Amino acid sequence: MAKTGYTRRSLLKTGGAAVAASALPAPMIWAQETKNIVLRQFGTGVSNLNDVAKKVKEDLGFTLEMTALDSDAVTQRAATQPDSFDIADIEYWICKKVWPTGNLQAMDTSRIANYDKIVGIFRSGKLTPESTIAQGTAPHTVGFVEGPDGTSFASEETGWMTLIPTIYNADTLGIRPDLIGRPIESWTELLNPEFKGKASLLDISSIGIMDMAMVCEAMGEIQYGDKGNMTREEIDKTMAIFTEAKKNGQFRAFWKTFDESVNLMASGEVVIQSMWSPAITAVKSRGIPCVYQPLKEGYRSWGGGIGLSKSLSGMELDAAYDYINWYLSGWVGGYLMRQGYYSAVPETSKEFMSANEWGYWFEGKEATDVITSPGGDALAQAGETRDGGDFYERMGRVACWNSVMDENQYMVRKWNEFIAA
Amino acid sequence: MTEMAGEVRAAAAPVAARPVAGLSKAVAGWLQAAPLAAILLAFLVAPIAMIVVVSFWKATEFSIIPAFSFENYEFLFGSPVTYRVFLATFKYALVTWAATLAIGFTVAYYLAFHIRSQTVQIALFLLCTIPFWTSNIIRMISWIPFLGRNGIANQALIDWGLIDAPLEWLLYSDFAVILAFVHLYTLFMVVPIFNTMMRIDKSLLEAARDNGASGFQTLVHVILPLTKPGIMIGTIFVVTLVMGDFITVRFMSGSQKANVGRLISNDIGLLQYPSAAATAVVLLCTVLIVIGILLRFVNIRKEL
Repeated sequence: MAKTGYTRRSLLKTGGAAVAASALPAPMIWAQETKNIVLRQFGTGVSNLNDVAKKVKEDLGFTLEMTALDSDAVTQRAATQPDSFDIADIEYWICKKVWPTGNLQAMDTSRIANYDKIVGIFRSGKLTPESTIAQGTAPHTVGFVEGPDGTSFASEETGWMTLIPTIYNADTLGIRPDLIGRPIESWTELLNPEFKGKASLLDISSIGIMDMAMVCEAMGEIQYGDKGNMTREEIDKTMAIFTEAKKNGQFRAFWKTFDESVNLMASGEVVIQSMWSPAITAVKSRGIPCVYQPLKEGYRSWGGGIGLSKSLSGMELDAAYDYINWYLSGWVGGYLMRQGYYSAVPETSKEFMSANEWGYWFEGKEATDVITSPGGDALAQAGETRDGGDFYERMGRVACWNSVMDENQYMVRKWNEFIAA
Repeated sequence: MTEMAGEVRAAAAPVAARPVAGLSKAVAGWLQAAPLAAILLAFLVAPIAMIVVVSFWKATEFSIIPAFSFENYEFLFGSPVTYRVFLATFKYALVTWAATLAIGFTVAYYLAFHIRSQTVQIALFLLCTIPFWTSNIIRMISWIPFLGRNGIANQALIDWGLIDAPLEWLLYSDFAVILAFVHLYTLFMVVPIFNTMMRIDKSLLEAARDNGASGFQTLVHVILPLTKPGIMIGTIFVVTLVMGDFITVRFMSGSQKANVGRLISNDIGLLQYPSAAATAVVLLCTVLIVIGILLRFVNIRKEL
């Protein structure tokens, strides 16, 4: 870890924390009592970071126990073991699946200090007033319920939120520019025979099917009514195209966890694949060129948020609200944005990032100095820009949100067949 | 199990008779057999019964509905994927079995008949177990960088001039899966075979030699028949382990191949517990049938 970077950052942190502490109107519980509180959080690897738990202990006093699982396991746990967690860090499409089980409780937005600053995607659904809403499970469609005990999703802001948005991003294909050696512009390249035996897809059915749909649509093979809610016929056609490609040896492997995707790319086993932003960061920090390639058909996007367990009450519930307020107050946002994600309240994160970092990650500007990952590895040199441009350029070109379909069960069975084919 | 309980009863009866003087011997016997029976009932029979029961239930995406429906089985037997996956599972089991048997038998034979000193024998045997000091997963995953496109194996082959382009089928293929299986499970073949070989009366080998049998004839007509129970025990270990595995197949095939275990784990991942249970029941029956057939060849009981 670069010593200088660390010092600069810790200075920033302390300074920022002081600002945040004085600016936060939320009631803080006495440290003495919160010391013994333990909140159990589980979620996907993206935001379940030990650094966050450490910082919570420092700033808020209570203990946050983190468990990282894959998306399927997260869904399973949220749906079947409500007493095994206090805080569920899940994605919006998972929320659509899990909310009907009644294992989560709605959150009172009046207790969320930065609620008004949360970006429009999570409230009205529109990034800017002119934006059109993409296909799939857009976060705002499952973000609100009618009241504290509401079971069905509301169509607009109600003051009762299912998940407090934490991070989100626009996903695309990751490539190894050094091994491909030519520009990549379209999703169709995933099935280009040129990359036979060197392509990969993620083996999480609900997300994988969307990447497939982006490809099939880009190829002009299928016109979808809604990629996030396909008909059986559309599913069959999509699977047929990919099954054929699989049988022809197009794919080197499928991946299910973050580190698998990193290793596939870093080792050169794969040169083009579905990928997540921090996986790109991880590959780059090993000194291997890797690009999160913006494609002309747009991005497949996802959003995550924090949900509270139904069984949370009293002091633990208050602590959870404190945690949420702290989460949105900027430190985590800055931490996540330095990995290439976006924070739900970008303006608070700005205080925790250097002008160079903010310009590079959020505004899509040229880096004025070396950009480092939170771990201290160099990701970009001065003069480089982020793949895909600024925040509005990237999030404004979302073609589809991760989703769960009405025909989900059918799709899952077809997915199993695809894997076994 | 009943035999074992019987032995326990017979051995312990004289001591235990005193405290339970009022009860008849039979009752005392039942009582003494009870703890083991209770443990087996609670931790073996009950869970399996539960799995069987659940396999008839129905499921939606996030809830399980108690019912008595053949839906899961209908889907299972009606899908060509099931047959393909079972076939793949058998293929893995068969090839792994043949390879582990060949290696296991050779290693055991060498240890039992070629090493004279018992100390060296024990030392070499322990050497075989060293890889087992680390976890299954680590032993398996360490193959991945070795076999990869730019891995050590391919680099070495290219450097030696044996191949021009890296071999793609080394990793994320059936070959990789079976290689990992063989690596993981050969010891389960070595141990029982070595054990039975050590019990072979050396004078039988001398007799064979005195009667003019060649080394090969001794192997085929004396050692092999006497080692059968060990081979059978090893076979049962390897076959059940391979047929029940899912993680090795997932990692070594890069999620591109499926066996029955993966079918079950996928179902569980997607909260389709009843469907997973039905597949598990079918797999359990299949494995039991395989073992039933194996046991018809050799009476392993007399060896235990």
